[in-house]
Amino acid sequence: MSSALTFDPIRLPETCQILRREARAFLAEEIAKGTFDPNNPRRAEESAHAKEFAKRVAAKGWIGMTWPKKYGGRERSFLERYVLTEEFRVANAPTRIYFTADRQSGPTIIRYGTETIKQDILPRIVKGEISFCIGMSEPGSGSDLFAAKTKATKVDGGYLINGTKIWTSNAHQSDYMIGLFRTSAPTKENRRHGLTNFVVDMKTKGITCNQIRQMSGQREFNEVVFQDAFIGDDYVLGEIDGAWKQATTELAYERSGPERFLETYYVLTELVRALGPKPDTRAAEGVGRLVAQLHTMRRMSVSVAGMLEAGKEPVVESSIVKDIGTLWEQDLPSKVRTLSAFIEQDPGNQPPLAKRLAYATKVAPKLTIQGGTTEVLRGIIARGLGLR
Amino acid sequence: MGESDHIVAEAAEKILADLADPQTVNSAKDDSWKAKLWSALEENGLTLPWVAENRGGSGASLAEGFEVLTAAGKFALAVPLAETMLAGWLLSQADIASPVGAMSVAPTHPKDKIALNLDGTLSGRARNVPFAREAQHFALLAQGPKGTSIALVKASNCRRDEDVNLAGEPLDSLILDKVSPDKIAPAPKGFDQTALMLMGGVVRSLQIAGALQTMLDRTVTYANERTAFERKISRFQAVQHNLARLAGEVAAATAAAGSAADTLSGAPAFDDDATYLEATAAKIRCAEAAGTGSAIAHQVHGAIGFTEEHVLHRFTLRALGWRDDFGNESYWAVELGNRISARGADDLWPLVASR
Repeated sequence: MSSALTFDPIRLPETCQILRREARAFLAEEIAKGTFDPNNPRRAEESAHAKEFAKRVAAKGWIGMTWPKKYGGRERSFLERYVLTEEFRVANAPTRIYFTADRQSGPTIIRYGTETIKQDILPRIVKGEISFCIGMSEPGSGSDLFAAKTKATKVDGGYLINGTKIWTSNAHQSDYMIGLFRTSAPTKENRRHGLTNFVVDMKTKGITCNQIRQMSGQREFNEVVFQDAFIGDDYVLGEIDGAWKQATTELAYERSGPERFLETYYVLTELVRALGPKPDTRAAEGVGRLVAQLHTMRRMSVSVAGMLEAGKEPVVESSIVKDIGTLWEQDLPSKVRTLSAFIEQDPGNQPPLAKRLAYATKVAPKLTIQGGTTEVLRGIIARGLGLR
Repeated sequence: MGESDHIVAEAAEKILADLADPQTVNSAKDDSWKAKLWSALEENGLTLPWVAENRGGSGASLAEGFEVLTAAGKFALAVPLAETMLAGWLLSQADIASPVGAMSVAPTHPKDKIALNLDGTLSGRARNVPFAREAQHFALLAQGPKGTSIALVKASNCRRDEDVNLAGEPLDSLILDKVSPDKIAPAPKGFDQTALMLMGGVVRSLQIAGALQTMLDRTVTYANERTAFERKISRFQAVQHNLARLAGEVAAATAAAGSAADTLSGAPAFDDDATYLEATAAKIRCAEAAGTGSAIAHQVHGAIGFTEEHVLHRFTLRALGWRDDFGNESYWAVELGNRISARGADDLWPLVASR
């Protein structure tokens, strides 16, 4: 009968709340030291101290914390990781440098890498020593993942890569890439056949990164050009030509975390601050609705983390969380702008809310595009409902 | 929640499937199905789950009762089950025994007040009391010089201005003119009208979530069966995306209502900020989901879903009407917003993260 969407009201256990207090203390220390400015999200993410920060986070055991101990992980729960992620995000901590490796590249390697690769790479991620980027989109293909053309030609001992990846966030400062390359032509029966995931050492001869500026002023995007770049056989992840089988699990991990609805959160805090303790009815209603929506998304997201912890693969639920979450965080600057329209401004320097709003507004367009567009997510949800 | 916790809900769903099938009810020529249904609900202890056995109820847990309410929403139940449950709960707060039969509860509007007069009678006007004319008794919250009281009154002692809600169900205003209660007792310390409104709001949130779940199921089924332009309409991307949005609203309502119910099942103080956040957020978010979700369900169904003969309106109009009971979402958003602002910006995240 039912399309059966479950969002059990998972509660974070006491171990999580203890960890939360530890995280807050750590972040307070880092802020006091000047590692990053929590009130300046743009500057914070580009902190010059990010690499050293990553090492200190790693020293706490907080990178790869859910991974097997034999690779340096701590085998802690998804719920504990959830708590750290949301606290770090709300503080605007410079996690960009290790976040991709921690969230998705590491888990992919654990699942599909050879033992040699796992032993070589995972401990270094855990120590905060190396960072990863994701090479999927190309000039001719983004959402249509399996139309990728960058070629991996078989040679003795490995593959030669030729082609171009684009929009590759942080490639210019990454040590490795998880790259999706074409090892065979698609077949008539399966248009998704023929793509293979690889671990790419970004220092390999023949790889060039060209940075692409974004309209927000961020400098994450890159064009990555491959010219006869050699990757050894050992660096294949999973089945050759079978990357399409790997997509689902990874996406559940990637799609539903708190970072998917907290990217512009700081404008809500600043709005409440600017409104003061007695807002007018219009502003109060606006704040109340936004907090109700935020709380609900968070409860959904924690529920999905609970499902992942229980070993499930909540593909539809996590896609829903990302769909709702990214639309909310995208629209938040606009709603906050409306609600702040009648706040008496101090004359003089541009006040914090206006500055934060300007940045969030410029970042907003990418939020429903990165990591899987709304249109693709809704297709996944539709399939999950039995509509395709 | 363990496996055995769903026994009560499963029993309820079976009875509802047998005796409250929405299509059957929609096509019924008269109201005779109501008596049969009510008897079955009463016999199975489903009308007073939140009342102790020695006070006339079946002594089930808050969590079990909340599941029954979701089931009631799933079936767009058109009898005062939620209202009787809520009335029984209110009476139990003051250890007043619950009578047999249908009940409703008042006030249901945050700003309405029923006064306890010095002579022990009750006076006042309570708007929008659901199923008032089908109830034999009312459980009331009254304010007197010594504080808040809870009272049981006979429906026949109260005057009514009759009206209906969006779904055509009774939604009458009660006028009490020095009505003598059957029973009256002080409310427990700290129990006030806000507590009643929040509990009623969570009840309605669960009903809305249940109704939305059925809307989603029926709309998916319809889209997979209906042909247009030589294919099932479920093949069109525009339709798929609308259904994905509907699924999102159902998910949000289910999560918000479930989280609030889970919070209240632990019997916390209603005035606690965390409880307040959970209960108000559920009402606000479920009301928003009811609006968006109902519109999508109707859009996908096209003209046939707009007919009286089709059952869709039973779900959509109830969900939309339930938004207004026990304080609408604008009211609660203002209250929540004020509370957030009073706590200050630096306390916002800690409050949200505490859940």
